[in-house]
Amino acid sequence: MMKRTLRGAAAIVGVADDASPTGELGLHGRALEAAMIDRALADAGLSRSDVDGVCHATSSVALAEYLGIHPRFTESTNTGGSSYEVHAEHAAAAIATGLCDVVVSVYASTPRSDRKRGRANAWRPPGPNPAAEWEWPYGLRMPMGPYAMAATRHMALYGTTSEQLAQIAVSTREWATLNPRARYQEPIAIADVLASPMQSSPLHLLDCCLVTDGAGAFVMTSAERAKDLAKPPAYVLGAATAHDHMMISEMPELTTTPGAVSGPAAFSMAGITPHEVDVLMGYDSFTITALLHLEDLGFCDKGEGGPFVEDNKIGPGGSLPMNTNGGGLSYTHPGAYGMFLLVEAARQLRGECGQRQVPDAQIAVAHGSGMVLSVMSTIVLGTEAVL
Amino acid sequence: MPGRLEPPVSETTEPFWDATRQRNLLVQTCTRCRRAIAYPREVCPFCAFTELEWREAAGTGTVYSFTVEHKTPSPVAGAEGPYAVGLIDLDEGARVMTNIVNCPVSSISVGLRVRVTWEALTDGRHLPLFEPLATRADGAEETQEMEA
Repeated sequence: MMKRTLRGAAAIVGVADDASPTGELGLHGRALEAAMIDRALADAGLSRSDVDGVCHATSSVALAEYLGIHPRFTESTNTGGSSYEVHAEHAAAAIATGLCDVVVSVYASTPRSDRKRGRANAWRPPGPNPAAEWEWPYGLRMPMGPYAMAATRHMALYGTTSEQLAQIAVSTREWATLNPRARYQEPIAIADVLASPMQSSPLHLLDCCLVTDGAGAFVMTSAERAKDLAKPPAYVLGAATAHDHMMISEMPELTTTPGAVSGPAAFSMAGITPHEVDVLMGYDSFTITALLHLEDLGFCDKGEGGPFVEDNKIGPGGSLPMNTNGGGLSYTHPGAYGMFLLVEAARQLRGECGQRQVPDAQIAVAHGSGMVLSVMSTIVLGTEAVL
Repeated sequence: MPGRLEPPVSETTEPFWDATRQRNLLVQTCTRCRRAIAYPREVCPFCAFTELEWREAAGTGTVYSFTVEHKTPSPVAGAEGPYAVGLIDLDEGARVMTNIVNCPVSSISVGLRVRVTWEALTDGRHLPLFEPLATRADGAEETQEMEA
């Protein structure tokens, strides 16, 4: 009988990402996607002819056609920023059940240079849209407004402070000083965050992620095949996804995300507890987003996120290294940041992160957040030593 | 507010918007499980029943959360100063988004009691907004709308 778990069945074997301190990239669109895929395949010691599974958050069909790939597994799930964690989960399941052997997932978005060059980048959902009727008239700024409402309520219920949220931006920036491709590499202090312009209260400018160009890709294959490839595999130990709303007015409780479901489920599949996580890549669209992940994934109790981050334990040298690439707050954020979580997690497990390398990293978590705290997807990755 | 996006009307929500012409706030309610439903839809999200009705709401509620939008000019408020966007738990149980108006934004807090007030739209409909509920000296809530 087939083992009913994904644990150890598949591994991320190739990764690539691109970002620049200028915030802009030269390529865009399909050309950038193709470059990321080819680099990630080269990283794995594979080529396009090995690929029989394709993931893309808009159209895996159009992408495969462009690349000349005829896949056996195709995946176009779009859950916003967490799309790439969902792709990793589905790809691992597809590989584990023999649907396919080598899967690529790619992301490329260039909002910064699109705006500068006047390239159209607008996306509007087709058909009736309840948000147009019940939310848009009120001028809630997107995307920061919904997150600001979560922060307001967290402060009201638990006494969380702006200083505590700011500490997350400060710790994340400290990591970015160790990443030469990060958009911002100068250290900041809590006072800098609080002095930056208020956007949607209580979130200041430096509580918010960047808007940059960026791109990335991963390649996943079976654990068996992973052993013979170019780089040490990052095995999928656990994977889970959960969502409970699309519009912020429909979120059951703004201080508890669906990560409270996906996190424990992924950890349970992996057979680990939060204490065993060496690196946490937790989607930081805003400081409050990262704080909610810490609580919902069980690194601290609900409501304790503020005091938890105060001693910089999430920064370099701390007991819970979080967002070691500098995060969406300081490294790069092209709109759907989840790809970069997986890329950095795999690199940390390979020991490729140079100055920002977490010593002896064996277990890394990529926790993606999509739309407005709507879709959480948790991927637990581990080295061969923890299989 | 200048530049406000006026909400479209769908077949299902027409009774709601028609009632706003007389400044009446309706809330969709399931005839089986009796729960209030927002946003309005064709099937109850709690018990999957399809016989839903419109009921007159009390027009009062509690601030669940909010944010004050500081960036100007904004597409909604133009060059006007900061404005508050809130989520209100209506006393009937449904949660709705709105603007919290007729008070300094610094006076708004989670848990604040509010009541509906109306802003005219260009086609005769009104948009429901909320304002703080005045409290009388004896502690009772003043629910009648203040004269403009």
